[in-house]
Amino acid sequence: MKAAPFTFHRAESLDHALDLLARHGGDCKPIAGGQSLVPMMAMRLARPSVLVDINRLDALKARHDAPDHVTLGAITRQRDMEADVALRRSVPLIAEALRWVGHVQTRNRGTIGGSLVHADPSAELPLAAAVLDATLVLRSQNGGERRVPASEFFVAPMFTAANEAECLTAVEWPVWAGAGVSCAFEEVAIRHGDFAMASAACQIQLDPDGTCRRATIGLGGVAGTPLAFPDLAQRLIGRRITATLAQEAAEEAAARSEPGTDMHADAGYRRHLAVVLLRRALLRAASAATPALAA
Amino acid sequence: MAEFRYIGKRRRAVEHRRFVRGQGRYAADIQLPGLLHVAIVASPHASARILSVNADAALALPGVHAIITGDEMNRELEPMLPGVDAPAVTRFPLARGVVRYAGEWVVAVVAETRAFAEDAAELVEVEYEQTQHVVDPEAALLPEAPLVHPAHGSNIIWNRKFTWGPVEEDFAAAEHTLSYRVRWARSSTVPIETFVATCAWNDATEILDVWASIQMPKFPDQLARALRLAGNAVRVHYDVDVGGSYGVKRGLKHTVLVGWLARRLGRPVRFLEDRLENMRGGDMQGPDRIFEVAMAFGRDGVVRSMKMRAVDDVGAYSGRAPLQLGKPVGAIVGPYIINSVVYDAVSVMTNKTPQEAVRGFGQSPTNYAIETGMDKVARFLGMDRVEMRRRNLIPADRFPYLIPSGTSYDSGDYATVLDKALAAAGHDELLRQRDALRAEGKLAGIGVSTCLEPSGGNSSFEPLFNPKNTTTTWMDSCLVRVDLNGAVTAVMGTSTSGQAHETLVSTVVGEVLRREPDTIRVIHADSLNALPSNSPVGSRMAIMLGGAAAGAAKRIRAKMLAIAAHQFQAPEGALEWEDGDAVMRGDPSRQIAWSRLVEIAHREFHNLPEGMEPGLQEKFVWEVPTGGMIPTADGRVQMYPCHSFECHIVLASVDAETGKVALHRYVVGHDCGVMISPDVVHGMTYGGVAHGLGAALMEKFAFSPEGQLVSGSFMDYLLPSAQEVPSITIVDHCTPSPLTEFGQKGSGEAGYLGGPAAIASAINDALAPAGASIDALPMTPAAIWRALREATPAAPAREAAE
Amino acid sequence: MTAPISVEITVNGTVRRAFVEPRTTLVDFLRDHLALTGTHVGCEHGICGACSVLLDGAPVRACCLFAAQVDGMSVTTVEGLAPARGELSKLQDAFLESHALQCGYCTPGMLIACTDLLARNPQPSEEEIRDAIGGNLCRCTGYQQIVDAVKLASGQEEAAHG
Repeated sequence: MKAAPFTFHRAESLDHALDLLARHGGDCKPIAGGQSLVPMMAMRLARPSVLVDINRLDALKARHDAPDHVTLGAITRQRDMEADVALRRSVPLIAEALRWVGHVQTRNRGTIGGSLVHADPSAELPLAAAVLDATLVLRSQNGGERRVPASEFFVAPMFTAANEAECLTAVEWPVWAGAGVSCAFEEVAIRHGDFAMASAACQIQLDPDGTCRRATIGLGGVAGTPLAFPDLAQRLIGRRITATLAQEAAEEAAARSEPGTDMHADAGYRRHLAVVLLRRALLRAASAATPALAA
Repeated sequence: MAEFRYIGKRRRAVEHRRFVRGQGRYAADIQLPGLLHVAIVASPHASARILSVNADAALALPGVHAIITGDEMNRELEPMLPGVDAPAVTRFPLARGVVRYAGEWVVAVVAETRAFAEDAAELVEVEYEQTQHVVDPEAALLPEAPLVHPAHGSNIIWNRKFTWGPVEEDFAAAEHTLSYRVRWARSSTVPIETFVATCAWNDATEILDVWASIQMPKFPDQLARALRLAGNAVRVHYDVDVGGSYGVKRGLKHTVLVGWLARRLGRPVRFLEDRLENMRGGDMQGPDRIFEVAMAFGRDGVVRSMKMRAVDDVGAYSGRAPLQLGKPVGAIVGPYIINSVVYDAVSVMTNKTPQEAVRGFGQSPTNYAIETGMDKVARFLGMDRVEMRRRNLIPADRFPYLIPSGTSYDSGDYATVLDKALAAAGHDELLRQRDALRAEGKLAGIGVSTCLEPSGGNSSFEPLFNPKNTTTTWMDSCLVRVDLNGAVTAVMGTSTSGQAHETLVSTVVGEVLRREPDTIRVIHADSLNALPSNSPVGSRMAIMLGGAAAGAAKRIRAKMLAIAAHQFQAPEGALEWEDGDAVMRGDPSRQIAWSRLVEIAHREFHNLPEGMEPGLQEKFVWEVPTGGMIPTADGRVQMYPCHSFECHIVLASVDAETGKVALHRYVVGHDCGVMISPDVVHGMTYGGVAHGLGAALMEKFAFSPEGQLVSGSFMDYLLPSAQEVPSITIVDHCTPSPLTEFGQKGSGEAGYLGGPAAIASAINDALAPAGASIDALPMTPAAIWRALREATPAAPAREAAE
Repeated sequence: MTAPISVEITVNGTVRRAFVEPRTTLVDFLRDHLALTGTHVGCEHGICGACSVLLDGAPVRACCLFAAQVDGMSVTTVEGLAPARGELSKLQDAFLESHALQCGYCTPGMLIACTDLLARNPQPSEEEIRDAIGGNLCRCTGYQQIVDAVKLASGQEEAAHG
């Protein structure tokens, strides 16, 4: 398991990286954490002939807090996000999702951007991005900067809207202001830290009386991309999130999934898990948002 | 029990001192000048004819030294032999003409680095014509099945139906019978170190030096034979540390390949399997069994008789795998007083990766099958499963106990171990916890298993399964020497894969000689200067190497006492051994110190008794106790000499909606006689439980209908981590074996032999209130969910209780 | 094959310079170029954790990054854990005392993971210990005595039970 040969460039600047990407196109891959890319290269499932190391680019580590969103540089390490108390308050779903991601060693190297561009439909951070409809900021030498919502970014398993010359530079995560915001991330994997057989995430905002004011829900591992369901979430607004309502929403969401089958889980089981996990996520979030109202 | 000074005491393991510093020396750490590296081109098909191989492009790459096919190599080799009488099932390192499983080695590429070898391997073009394949073992038994080895004439490589005792009479007389089917999935031990072989050939000495991560009986002999070399032309270095094995590190085909390449190329060569090669073509997958069992029993819960049919899928080639159906003959009734048994053992070949020896050598699947039946009988009778076992356990006063298949169990006190485990688990409290969980609407269950752990590693299954094989010798050896300065060195003749043999031997020799074990050096000889060993298989080294080390040390002690007696002109026996010195009985003022005895032995021939050899070195070669027997015509034989016992108690819960299992309490009651190194025994037991947990809940080599391995990486073949394995409590008990030096029994397979059965028992107890059950491993969340779903009233009625 | 590139990496406190093929992973660099064979290779795809090392103080899998990426950085391997030659770290000593290993193959990675844990969290709970070693597979020990060793090293257990 040794990677196929490649030439290695240490990007000195973002322009340097973008220039290499522009020149080499699909043969060129940016590498940051490499936690998915390096194993794929070792198995020769990925074989870029040019590798651009973007780990030294401070521009891709920048962090900006705005009132309605937080911008995280693409190579922000998962471990740093995990330890970021402010981020935990402003975008709590990231920390919720990270509880399920890999292990200390992988989170020390793994980056937010790497997970998103790898676009594994079972991975946690893509689901969090889809559920919150984060915005992915892409740059290329010729196309300049463009901003793609998560709802358009994930196209198919391991395939995104980013073109070959583009580098993900940052991710903007919406911040929900006000009281009563809570979120939950649920998944089932056979071992902790593995990709989920199915996962579900939600973020909700409840009024003091328990009425849902704002909601977003999504499923992972049950289609070629992480799924968000804005229309179904919309139906939660103005209602209390009861077990019945959560079950209904979860069933409708799961009905739209297109799970695959592998040795660990067949499609029927995954779809069933989707229902269970989304219901649990909604109820857990609701209970956290309004502990007094929880049954 | 004798008072031991060092045996049974806690002691830091000798070998760990290098491991925690990163100074172990594993086969991959051996650096030789000019070393070349191997990569493998493997078959993509489960069954195909090889039409052509074109290596031109690959050979043109820089750094590539050779590209070898089976056609070129195999004619210079003897085939590796199957463990049973099936001469047409030939096996070579590289395929020739046909491939029989996806992953089978077709071409070996040798290059300056492993990366170059992989580059070249990608460019080797092999043209195949696919042929019919069979993946399912029961399909392979059908008359229309394609033959994996047409020359053998059948996919059955071995089958025999044994009848021991009045089975039909017992069944006819029984109040009830019950039959069931259980499936043990193909899993393995999957050590974290893959297999590594490094070989160097010397044209002048004509010796092949081998550093390999092996755990295999008679490895040098088989290697020399396959390479058509004299036995003394192969030198296997046993001083490499082996990164785990638990049975599978056989690697004969790997080493035959590398040895041949090293000799052909005149350069040292290494093959270090990568993980993908290891999983698919490393030939280390484990038993893959379907059991069909019937039990005959009374209202009292006593099982009188059992009929068991075991179909085991050994994959596309056979080494010793069929014999894994043989070892369970020696514990075919488990710890129970079952009076008669039919055992129909069928070993079948399919187009899958070949099977290799796995921890317990086939006993853990059989234990799982027996224990499943014990639970089913109890459930059928509405009887408590613990009470039901009590009624069936062999009572302590009946040892030695002869089981129907001819093995005598040496000693045991099963009921006491069960009681101790129940007490440690707080069984009544566990029941309350279970019932409280159930009251909350959760699925919770308690698992129990009481299992045999045969130990001592004998060869009896060889003649039993192959009348042409008359091997009854299964010895181990040790040499102990005391040097001129009085330091003690013990020499053992096999490699170690985590069993702490240096600790074992130094403890035992220290005990006998009453010398501080940490001053005793233990070395691993190479195969040309080693005494015979059958390697650490069959939980045998505490018994066999421990026994041999004690035997050699006792000879040293006897010799030193004889020298002392001669000095005092006293009769032999007048002196006794005290703290490493010879002391006159009844007159401690008359003694000769260790150092003086050493001096006489080495330097003062004039002070030696007449006829005594000078120097101080003694060997002891020990045949396995109770060994040396040929089976009777009806297939009764003494299998292993010693019989350890383990009782597992588990509290589990199942998430009814997701099928996910959580283990809340895990207790093992364990009796392996006298423990020489308690830390070692406990460590292996913990590890065995974790391995059993993997087999029970998550590990499986799964194949697609096309015969492709779909769990060929660590992303899909799931080894349990510290977050899946619960905290485990071990409770010791000791019934010394009457057959061994210190009363020790074996324990290398502890934990694994009863773990899967107990976890399965707990899950089925949890599922029972929901009307569900599951009789196949691994019990994954998806499989449990499916079992629950099928049990709901909406679904078609489940198979009625027997 | 592509042209070797130069790297300069501080390993266990010593600056090491070498030319490596770009595809050389950090673990292969340590083992093959520096002969630091204490770090082991188990899967080469980021699951087993046997190759764990500290990179600028944080544990990473050395099979999942290329040596070229580590240029200018600092790596600590199992060979660098002891305070001085002939001595052991408290954790290494606890591993010996608690019999926290058998074949020794996963041990270097375990020691790296646990060294990091104790640096971050001097009094970890059992759950925190199991979480910290969750990415390090061991096939021998069932993890129990490793947990015991970490407790012992953190002063939470007088002596291991063995």
